[in-house]
Amino acid sequence: MYVAVKGGERAIENAHRLLAHERRGDRDVAEISLAQISGQLSLGVDRVMTEGSLYDRELAALAIKQARGDLIEAIFLVRAFRATLPRFGATEPVDTGTMQVRRRISSTFKDIPGGQVLGPTFDYTHRLLDPQLAEGSAPEAPVAAEPLAAMPRVTDILGRDGLIEASPQTDDGAPVGDLTREPLSFPADRDLRLQNLARADEGFLLALGYSTQRGYGRSHPFAGEIRFGEVEVEFFAEDAGFTVPLGAIAMTECQMVNQFKGSATEAPCFTRGYGLAFGQSERKTMSMALVDRSLRARELSEEIKAPAQDEEFVMSHSDNVQATGFVEHLKLPHYVDFQSELGLLRKLRAEFFEAAASAEPLQEAAE
Amino acid sequence: MNASAYNFAYLDEQTKRMIRRAILKAIAIPGYQVPFASREMPMPYGWGTGGVQVTAAILGPDDVLKVIDQGSDDTTNAISIRKFFAKTAGVATTTSTEDATVIQTRHRIPEAPLHAGQVLVYQVPIPEPLRFLEPRETETRRMHALGEYGLMHVKLYEDIARFGHIATSYAYPVKVNARYVMDPSPTPKFDNPKMDDCPALQLFGAGREKRIYAIPPHTTVVSLDFEDHPFTRYRFDAPCALCGADDTYLDEIVRDDQGSRMFVCSDTDYCEGRQAAGHRGTESAAPHKERAHG
Amino acid sequence: MVTVAELPAGFADKVLSAQSTFRSVMDAMARPGSVQRICAVAGAPGPMMRGTAAIALTLFDHDTPVWLDAAVSSTPDVAKWLKFHTSAPVVTDPSTSSFAVIGDTQHMPPLDRFALGSSEYPDRSTTLILQVDSLSAGPACELTGPGINGTAVLQATCPGSLFEQLAANATHFPRGIDVVLVHDDAIVAIPRTTRLAAYGA
Repeated sequence: MYVAVKGGERAIENAHRLLAHERRGDRDVAEISLAQISGQLSLGVDRVMTEGSLYDRELAALAIKQARGDLIEAIFLVRAFRATLPRFGATEPVDTGTMQVRRRISSTFKDIPGGQVLGPTFDYTHRLLDPQLAEGSAPEAPVAAEPLAAMPRVTDILGRDGLIEASPQTDDGAPVGDLTREPLSFPADRDLRLQNLARADEGFLLALGYSTQRGYGRSHPFAGEIRFGEVEVEFFAEDAGFTVPLGAIAMTECQMVNQFKGSATEAPCFTRGYGLAFGQSERKTMSMALVDRSLRARELSEEIKAPAQDEEFVMSHSDNVQATGFVEHLKLPHYVDFQSELGLLRKLRAEFFEAAASAEPLQEAAE
Repeated sequence: MNASAYNFAYLDEQTKRMIRRAILKAIAIPGYQVPFASREMPMPYGWGTGGVQVTAAILGPDDVLKVIDQGSDDTTNAISIRKFFAKTAGVATTTSTEDATVIQTRHRIPEAPLHAGQVLVYQVPIPEPLRFLEPRETETRRMHALGEYGLMHVKLYEDIARFGHIATSYAYPVKVNARYVMDPSPTPKFDNPKMDDCPALQLFGAGREKRIYAIPPHTTVVSLDFEDHPFTRYRFDAPCALCGADDTYLDEIVRDDQGSRMFVCSDTDYCEGRQAAGHRGTESAAPHKERAHG
Repeated sequence: MVTVAELPAGFADKVLSAQSTFRSVMDAMARPGSVQRICAVAGAPGPMMRGTAAIALTLFDHDTPVWLDAAVSSTPDVAKWLKFHTSAPVVTDPSTSSFAVIGDTQHMPPLDRFALGSSEYPDRSTTLILQVDSLSAGPACELTGPGINGTAVLQATCPGSLFEQLAANATHFPRGIDVVLVHDDAIVAIPRTTRLAAYGA
């Protein structure tokens, strides 16, 4: 006798209770707080804010806690929340030239106005696991540095001599493209490409950026500048007729400087690849800048032959919330289609063996 | 009871307007995939976000909603989506095909004939029937614009040359109103004929791919085939072990590790209805008993 | 001139009224020729019928440029009402409009002045909302096509030339114009797939 499985609703509830139980872990260990996540796992928070497209440290920390540290799941939680928020408009473009810099390096000049500022970085740490950190130790207080004055961007310095292409200007009245509000169509303009890359999975961009370095759409990059710090965000209030400051947010910007040979009508100059992310997200912004430059192949009349130059390929597969949903949907039941496929396969196999059987005597006769 | 933090049926009104406009265009151009600005839903892409957005845009307080996955009201994803709407829209839900005004489905069309007062909403993973032949949207869009479907016919013909049959058993392409080639979503080809001249409105939502398309009622829907290789339905040749139906699509149930199998209706509501009407199969004692699974 | 405060009201219940109006329009579009009722109650400015007003409140917003004919824009109230309740921009070039509201079908521009969409994007077309004096009197024609079980009969007080132009929609498909006829709270839709023929022919 066959008993059809029912009670799926109770099974789901039980599964969610189990999840909550596992999330809490050993109850003899103190529960992790959002302040701890935000303060001590801050780069994870930065990534969730960037790819979740929402600047809110506390919500990102909550998402990470709720997702048990699974950052893609946390990004998904933030995105779903973001989709329900009312929109008042777009802010004025942030001016990273006025950034209150905490870290700033350039690989293109030995020294630059404002200097090289290492700031908080893993660079030059020896990657040795630290037993002291395991036990919990109070780190030495940092040497108090004087607040840094606003620093000119390296690309602005190059731009003064015309050595690098001008940053494209758009008129202020032009609407800001938003791929979360409009269906995407190809070819896509750079504003939409950059939005897509800013939300894109860090690992995906890292691999694509890496592939350009290995010759799949090489762009001869130099890290013109990477800067991290606080920038002011302002909103132009149409009703009031003036600009309202909304506060400061931490951002990382990477400007790659890339080779360009020029043409019959244009003097040779460097070209740009651009990366921008919330918080301290260097790997993300550097990868983004490499891929942004590669995706400009069409506009710069370069032959499109590598994956990183193919905007339809890159933009259609960069979003980890979309990707994980579709990959993981394979665990949903597919038994109806599988049954159809089984039926077809059985039929094809039966015909195959039938044909083989009827062919055999002929072969024997021929021998 | 509505979850107070969110709007009726979850989506905000601006989003609903945008989806509603896309639905109207989809109905006016049968089989054409209308791009829409799909929103990020609180469920994963690939798990019915397109169907959920279409349902949310059409659903009203007087509607009676049925949700099925693999033909069954009790599969976990169907339960999850049904609960979502019961919570956010407070609508009545049912498992009865006959009583439903809106049916959201994944991978099946119900066995009971649909009627004029109903809307069938399909969840669609890949809306583009040409996608596996040509991955580029720019190219497939051109093919649809020109009605140039040679590539699809070549693919089907190659199957015949290689296997002696068209080797597509689900998501079998159709031509709608003699113009657009359309993906019926991954329903088994057994269900294809139900789409033709159907009295109900059929809407298709693909969230991740951001497309909505439609088949208006009483529209010609033809499965692609060749004169010498006409389209055929497939069902396992056995009656349902529970209700004895010999014209329904069947699930194959593996009963033990010795290869023993049985076949039962995939449409659980249809099967239960037949059993309630006294139809019996070989295994029909005490069907569908509650059993909790953790 | 009226002030914003004096403009006719929108829907009393925005969410549910928009939903029920949409279902009427959807049913009309899915079953060409069938007369659907709009039950939602909303104020309507001057020359706008209540069915038209409800459709505007349901489908128009800042993403949908709207074109108004001379009859509907005979008072500035309509544009003002639309701006206030829907934020839809009113445009002067019909070929850039998502919706066009027409109060006088005798003197409307030819259909090809509106957006027909492209072969790649046939959805980028204008939907016409035509106000007529009656949906039960006037010239009749026979309809066939998707959404129609066999044939349907449409009767409406609009010029025969309009029917002729709509019949020509077929030659453009998938490009084309979709039409919603409105009389008071009754609507009938003629999407671009509908074939029109003289009744009884």
